[in-house]
Amino acid sequence: MPMNRDDSASHEAVTASGEQTAPAATSGPSVKIRARDINVFYGEKQALFDVAIDIPEKAVTSFIGPSGCGKSTFLRCMNRMNDTIPICRVTGAIEMDGEDVNDRSIDPVVLRARVGMVFQKPNPFPKSIYENVAYGPRIHGLATGKEELDAIVESSLRRAGLWDEVSDRLLQPGTGLSGGQQQRLVIARAIAVGPEVILMDEPCSALDPIATAKIEELIDELREQFCIVIVTHSMAQAARVSQRTAFFHMGRLVESGPTDEIFTNPRDSRTQDYITGRFG
Amino acid sequence: MTDLPIPTTTASDRARDIRAAVESRLKTRHASERRFKLYGQLAIAIALSFLVVLLGRIVTQGASTFVVHSISVQVPLDPAKIDRTALEGVNYDIMVADAVLAKLGEKDDDYGTKSDAIKDLMSPDFGFQLLNMIKADSSLIGKTVTVSGPLRANADLYFKGEIKRSSPEEERTLSNQQLDWLDALKSSGAVTTGFNFGFFTKSDSTEPEQAGVLGAVVGSAMMLLVTAFLAVPIGVMAAVYLEEFAPKNNWTDVIEVNINNLAAVPSIVYGLLGLGLFINTLGVPRSSPLLGGLVLALMALPTVIIATRSSLKAVPPSIREAALGVGASRTQAVFHHVLPLSMPGVMTGSILALAHALGETAPLLMIGMVSFVPGVPHGFDQAATVLPVQVFIWENASERAFHERTAAAIMVLLVFMILMNAVAIVVRRRFERRW
Repeated sequence: MPMNRDDSASHEAVTASGEQTAPAATSGPSVKIRARDINVFYGEKQALFDVAIDIPEKAVTSFIGPSGCGKSTFLRCMNRMNDTIPICRVTGAIEMDGEDVNDRSIDPVVLRARVGMVFQKPNPFPKSIYENVAYGPRIHGLATGKEELDAIVESSLRRAGLWDEVSDRLLQPGTGLSGGQQQRLVIARAIAVGPEVILMDEPCSALDPIATAKIEELIDELREQFCIVIVTHSMAQAARVSQRTAFFHMGRLVESGPTDEIFTNPRDSRTQDYITGRFG
Repeated sequence: MTDLPIPTTTASDRARDIRAAVESRLKTRHASERRFKLYGQLAIAIALSFLVVLLGRIVTQGASTFVVHSISVQVPLDPAKIDRTALEGVNYDIMVADAVLAKLGEKDDDYGTKSDAIKDLMSPDFGFQLLNMIKADSSLIGKTVTVSGPLRANADLYFKGEIKRSSPEEERTLSNQQLDWLDALKSSGAVTTGFNFGFFTKSDSTEPEQAGVLGAVVGSAMMLLVTAFLAVPIGVMAAVYLEEFAPKNNWTDVIEVNINNLAAVPSIVYGLLGLGLFINTLGVPRSSPLLGGLVLALMALPTVIIATRSSLKAVPPSIREAALGVGASRTQAVFHHVLPLSMPGVMTGSILALAHALGETAPLLMIGMVSFVPGVPHGFDQAATVLPVQVFIWENASERAFHERTAAAIMVLLVFMILMNAVAIVVRRRFERRW
């Protein structure tokens, strides 16, 4: 059972008037993504209000909150997937290693190779398992020959814990796998391009408990190498898997901090109400 | 609150009443259901009967085309009658007629009326056969050669029962004497019956017995090739741009409305466009497969665009998101993932659009494809004709024998269209994918 260690001591909360205290400098693992003043509009409707958060690297951060509170929207800001929605407008700065990814001069294609994404419903390409994993490295030119590509595919599938199950049927369609295997295939596909951050939008909500347990094990192994951000509806999962947790409510980031503090000693009453099940 | 009266009926009485009410209505309900089914079956029967009558008429009219009566004649090439310096000017038809007369055991009179009458029964093709034989090998002059082929159209029609002895002689195209001769030739075994392969190996001709659909079929095929090479790539690219890349603003709305309307424009308008733009302004050769293909490509383009767009829309957005999430650019996401998945729908729509174009006549008449084209076109810029236009030309021809050939050409056209539709269905079934 992994221990939810967290070296950073910061625990931010939003005051009753809606302002957020600026995150204090952390002393643990360094910050990978630093978001400030994020406001997101869908046309006239505002979905996120002044969100600011620090996401540490080599750790799992989970976003929790009731439906429609904006956690998936914020997640998608981090790899600019909101660009595909024409009426969506994002203001503010999201800095990764010093560069603002929201800046229009950054090419989202390059960004998405550094920030991978796993979606709620497993969506492997309707191609072979090999092709699924090899597509990303191929278009980014990460392999200079078939042997290198084969090596990348194998290592990605191993890291995703799928190699033993599919090594003998790499050319069969990815859509023929079970739900849990498909999600691991999607994770392998995301890892194959060598990202620094992996975003997961409710990755286990479409899976059965056994598959969910396997994915959570995988996430725990991956956090040694990657910065992982996971949106989840299940507070139990957040408690099991993440080191830091952020609670969103009605488009605002209410509270964020070490996971065990959020769950045992939340500072905001809204967080308390959500965790104890009064709403959401 | 006033007291309600105590109900006098018991629960079982009420249940019995309900049951009785339901049962009394049951008969009418079943009757109306039966009536509705009957209306449906009646409608299908009427539609099917129209189809059966239409196809039946075409098949009965055209089936006789595929039977041909042929004759083989041995013609002595008399050197006295052949001027070696002017081979083209020699009257070969009379030589053939004389040979047939001799076969019948009759002698001609001084005016040559009998050989003239026999000439009417023999196809002019025999004369061309003799000419070509002599041209190839002039040493044949003085020998006897054999020519064979179909009888002239009128003779063929007599054997098929279209021209009857019972009708008055003045109203027939064949005299009683000619009918006697034909009977004699038939009973002596000189006239043979066989399948009309010539219908498929020959092109249009002024002589009905020599007329075939080859030129029209090849012309149709060449024109379809041009249409396919123009309409499908342009249509698919336009649809991909409109669906995946174009910004959603008023301009794209206007374009979309226009494309949908173009699909409903009467086809003859495209013929006018072809006349004005392609022939007059751009100087494309009149009546060529290239011109026909250009006009029909314009006609098929809106259909291809609409079919491609709906196939692209049917690809779930999760595929696009998955591709973008891995770092593909929009172009890569569309061409590597979305377009291949939408291919079955695109192919089906394109094949149906092409099958539609195959049967179009009005625009082709406007661009001058009504000309008489007696051979297979040798290039895309040569004069050609197509199957529907061939049907139109033959229908307006005066010879009676073209009547059956019109129906036969329609049968060939229908077979073409059924084949193309079958291919579309097979393509759709085979490549249907489930995500």
